[in-house]
Amino acid sequence: MSKLFKGKPTSRRAFLRGSVAAAAGVVTASAAQAGTPDPLITDVQPWATGLGDGVDASPYGLPIEYESDVVRRNVEWLTADTISSINFTPIHALDGTITPQGCAFERHHSGAIDLRKEDYRLMINGLVDRPLVFTYADLERFPRENHVYFCECAANTGMEWAGAQLNGAQFTHGMIHNMEYTGVPLRTLLEEAGLDVAGDLKDKWVYVEGADASSNGRSIPMGKALGDCLVAFKANGEALRKEHGYPVRLVVPGWEGNMWVKWIRRIEVTDGPVESREETSKYTDTLADGTSRKWTWVMDAKSVITSPSPQAPITHGKGPLVITGLAWSGHGAITRVDVSKDGGKTWETARLAKEGEAKALTRFYLDTTWDGEEMLLQSRAMDDTGYIQPTKAQLREVRGENSIYHNNCIQTWWVRPNGEAENVEVS
Amino acid sequence: VWPGEYGLGREALPEEIAAWDVKIMPDGRGLPEGSGDVWTGDEVFAEHCAACHGDFAEGIGNWPKLAGGQGTLDHKDPLKTVGSYWPHLSTVWDYVNRSMPFGNAQSLTPDDVYAITAYILYSNNLVDDDFVLSHENFAEFEMPNADGFIVDDRAVTEYAIWHGEPCMENCKDSVEITMRAAVLDVTPDEEGTETE
Repeated sequence: MSKLFKGKPTSRRAFLRGSVAAAAGVVTASAAQAGTPDPLITDVQPWATGLGDGVDASPYGLPIEYESDVVRRNVEWLTADTISSINFTPIHALDGTITPQGCAFERHHSGAIDLRKEDYRLMINGLVDRPLVFTYADLERFPRENHVYFCECAANTGMEWAGAQLNGAQFTHGMIHNMEYTGVPLRTLLEEAGLDVAGDLKDKWVYVEGADASSNGRSIPMGKALGDCLVAFKANGEALRKEHGYPVRLVVPGWEGNMWVKWIRRIEVTDGPVESREETSKYTDTLADGTSRKWTWVMDAKSVITSPSPQAPITHGKGPLVITGLAWSGHGAITRVDVSKDGGKTWETARLAKEGEAKALTRFYLDTTWDGEEMLLQSRAMDDTGYIQPTKAQLREVRGENSIYHNNCIQTWWVRPNGEAENVEVS
Repeated sequence: VWPGEYGLGREALPEEIAAWDVKIMPDGRGLPEGSGDVWTGDEVFAEHCAACHGDFAEGIGNWPKLAGGQGTLDHKDPLKTVGSYWPHLSTVWDYVNRSMPFGNAQSLTPDDVYAITAYILYSNNLVDDDFVLSHENFAEFEMPNADGFIVDDRAVTEYAIWHGEPCMENCKDSVEITMRAAVLDVTPDEEGTETE
């Protein structure tokens, strides 16, 4: 991901083509004008007279074809190849908070591997009383818990540090998914191996690595390991998808997605951090003076308006408008989201669809009336620690533009009178 | 009777732990016996690494550059390489050993990895061409950016500032658009490929 925030040069031809395409997509859907009977009502439609599919047509169904745009997308120029790369969740088209697994983003360092439950082994070693090997079947015999958490890539919004670059919430904020996980607390497994030999746990760490070639090894302080980490084997009710770590992944609530080690094969109790590649070369955040932060684990409070947005323009004209989006915080629960239509001059407090849950996505709505004038839409999240989502200018003031990771700035969409929206920065 | 609370799992055997626990700590703990010199590393690198990383570790195309960039970390576009950025030599050895070459990981011998590591140091002008790296002198080597990292300080530098009751009315006098993504135009089209 070394090219993460380096864009391609402007192409006037592509710009013109893009503008035309966007304009053509904006049509006013005006069903059933008064006075003219609507044939969709007055004529008998084929679906009201014939038969639909039998129950044997689709043992495991996919979305209907009309939703074929609600898919993961990648951005080729971001990475050298598609194996150690990223794709993006279509958050602009989703609602609620649970991410459908089939379009939940992927980030691999050596591809999505195929690992059968029968071939799966999990080792716990290092400073433990009894180094252990578990099979998948063993893991299913430990007491389980269920929790909903967001997994946000540390690099989400990373391409936007130096300016407004990618035109769509999917691309600027879509390295995220939110699932209900079923699994065994990491604490349970560590206690099964025994931590007496580890002595004082305060200065002990856990090193976790995957079964894939990249291994993605990361060091986690023991406090977090014994806290809310889960060794998960189900997500949204079913087995993990292959690309999300089947059959077992680590869930590290509130912390950067890189640490959510997939296909987890080994957990080692150590007397210090390993300082692996993924916590030295990568996932360290360079500041303006050339020094870099390490161990920036927590994902701070963040939000984005998912509609209207560049991929979800207003097509219905003026009048009632639902402004909606997502907010989340790695520190705890979202308590409030404010929305601005004028680039941050004035703010209204949005409605949370339900009370914010700790370290999980929260849906917000602002039910409003659009007068057809241009808007500069922004959202601003607050969490239960009192933290307020900052602007990009505030972030840059502390960090400069080279941090790559942890960009939780306030996003601005410029909505024009024709309903199109664009990713912009404002003063 | 297995002494764990649930009695699940079974004891890991030494051979199994040795096969999977190959991590190298920053102080060099975990390194196997072995050695490699710069010129051997040059040959091994040419065979296994140069197709992506370049003959001189300078990187080809979008593939990572492993050398160069010293003194650029405070520039607008820093070049972060093993020589300019990485704090520990242990990470180089560990990562090459377990995860490289890309697509054929875990195929190198310990001596290969020592030699490649020596060559990467040479490519960064950090050792002479007669340098020999081994498990014995490994811990003596100090990386240029070893002191370039601070532990996450957001609690002090950010959280202490960005809290409280935010502005709701008359928060700015004026708002101007200063940058537009459509002008840059690097967003893929609906098929998920680039527009250009």
